[in-house]
Amino acid sequence: MTDQLPLQYLDSEGQPTQTLPDWCNTPDRLQRCYHYMQLARQFDSKAIALQRTGQLGTYASLLGAEAIDVSVALSMSKEDVLVPYYRNHACQIIRGMPLEEVFLYWGGDERGNAATAMQKDFPNAVPIATQCLHACGVASAIKIRGEKRAAVTMIGDGGTSKGDFMEALNIAGVWQLPVVFIINNNQWAISVPRKIQSAATRLADKAIGAGIPGIQVDGNDAIAMHEAMQTALQRAYEGKGATLIEAISYRLSDHTTADDATRYRSNDELKQAWEREPVKRLRNFMRSQNFWDEDQEQALLQEIAQLVQQAADSYLAIPPQPVSSIFDFMYAELPSHLNEQRDWAEVRAMPGGSHHQEGE
Amino acid sequence: MIMSSVCLLEAVNLALASEMRRDPDMVLLGEDIGVNGGVFRATANLRDEFGLKRVMDTPLAENMIAGLAIGMASQGLKPVAEMQFMGFIFPALEQIICHAARLRNRTRGRLSCPLVIRAPFGGGIHAPEHHSESTEALLGHIPGLKVVIPSSPARAYGLLLAAIRDPDPVIFLEPKRIYRSQQQTVEDNGEALPIGRCFTLREGSDITLLSWGAMITETLQAADQLAQQGVSCEVIDLASISPLDLDTILASVRKTGRLVIIHEAPRTAAMGAEIAASVAEKALLDLQAPIARVTGYDTVMPYFRLEKHYLPNTQDIIDSVTQTLEFV
Repeated sequence: MTDQLPLQYLDSEGQPTQTLPDWCNTPDRLQRCYHYMQLARQFDSKAIALQRTGQLGTYASLLGAEAIDVSVALSMSKEDVLVPYYRNHACQIIRGMPLEEVFLYWGGDERGNAATAMQKDFPNAVPIATQCLHACGVASAIKIRGEKRAAVTMIGDGGTSKGDFMEALNIAGVWQLPVVFIINNNQWAISVPRKIQSAATRLADKAIGAGIPGIQVDGNDAIAMHEAMQTALQRAYEGKGATLIEAISYRLSDHTTADDATRYRSNDELKQAWEREPVKRLRNFMRSQNFWDEDQEQALLQEIAQLVQQAADSYLAIPPQPVSSIFDFMYAELPSHLNEQRDWAEVRAMPGGSHHQEGE
Repeated sequence: MIMSSVCLLEAVNLALASEMRRDPDMVLLGEDIGVNGGVFRATANLRDEFGLKRVMDTPLAENMIAGLAIGMASQGLKPVAEMQFMGFIFPALEQIICHAARLRNRTRGRLSCPLVIRAPFGGGIHAPEHHSESTEALLGHIPGLKVVIPSSPARAYGLLLAAIRDPDPVIFLEPKRIYRSQQQTVEDNGEALPIGRCFTLREGSDITLLSWGAMITETLQAADQLAQQGVSCEVIDLASISPLDLDTILASVRKTGRLVIIHEAPRTAAMGAEIAASVAEKALLDLQAPIARVTGYDTVMPYFRLEKHYLPNTQDIIDSVTQTLEFV
């Protein structure tokens, strides 16, 4: 098992390494995938620019993981439930979260998690690996009700060291839950490299102990990611249980905007990683098939730049929530002692109050 | 309606069965709760009536149980999870604190987490280490949770129904020392008792005794003995650790002028301290004596050969009341 190569259809130059699935013979799905990968990349740049200019909080870049996020979200049906970690903005955007609300979340405003377009999808989990168990709970609900849906959850390579991850794989195996786990193995958990994270040859092998299939995929290859997701989701829909997908990729950016990866990572390593990056790979392939040309490229980049700029502008125009919102969602009905604290907070926020801020 | 004489443990079972018949979305999960009916038998016979899909034995992992319940609750199920002992709840605290308590606030109400986590707690049954702690203050400190402790079969039935129907996460702590010690007639009428309200068990004019859980037993015994000495004690069962019903406590203290708080949890940073501070803030001039606390020590709960030394007893309460009454 451990000497298997990761599932791959395109090499780093975008050349097929094996017979491609039929859907690759027409441009539609590939172009759609490419569109969102470019959108993810530009959203990412804009978010970092906003953070650097003090207009966004600490932000976790998804640079380098575009093929994973986009393939996962495009493979899911609307009725499936996404249980993301904190690096899945592209998934959330594809699943209907408006761009300005993604900015709003990273801008420190809970309303970024409130979008009704997200349906029953979970908000970002910041504690590590806890979300894997939520996905199993969601999948349990789906199974108990006999529905043909699945829960999909993502985690980083660092998160696989946590008990929650192993507990989630375990219950998913025992209860044959309709859930798909995706490890975004981007090689670095802040400064800790993959080799310090686990002595396992493949993180996908962690599935063995749970009795579920674990497959390793080239996470920079959108076609391979699509195929792996389709197989895993189909398995879930058919009541056959869970799948673990280890998507091998590389975190091309810092861990977050608060991190400086040059402290612990060599430039050579980063340079080599850029040669395997997912966007170029898919573009090269589409060009070789005559599915894409320079005019289309320029038109797309321009269209996305406009979209992202508009979203950033509308985000920046959203006024902060009233101070009472700190209290209003703690419980379905506010306990009376909190009524008193809520009143204090409002008085202190008024002009002349100790917490008054100009412009609010 | 069926009237039956039940103990606290049977009242829990009665409430679970009653609400499962009413609400098809309600499910139970936990270790040993299925065929075995729970190590204390709180879920006895429920697997037979409601089947595998609604009464789920889980692998042995408390954190997993809590995480699963959160996922289930987010999709509209009503999970009631059992932690076999409160001492084993610690691995699950990350899930409870970081997610269950915050999902509604985090999503501005788009998702919520209406789950119940039940756990037997407290000392006095000769259990091994880690089975006897009272750490309700840890949970009472967490915004977004409700924490409820019954002290009689009837209140166990009514408060558990309320906990299950509550739209927010509720931690339901069952005082296992009195699981079987008291029988009471409980009508299975589906009527819930209010969460966030104290219960005045005995009216009095000289002093207020405030307690909860198993310590209510010693508190009532002390009040009986003190009555024979001519001391009129008002006895209040706090019942809800969070949210606190300060109104009832303050009204009582304003009437009696004296307050003794009795709990078996360690003294420092416990619920007694919180209540004493609140009463001092709001009713200092109504007090005729300092607020007294009768509590466990700030030590590890000893193994059971010494647990009687740790747990406050009736005489401790009487002594504290006497000192409070003698204060000038």
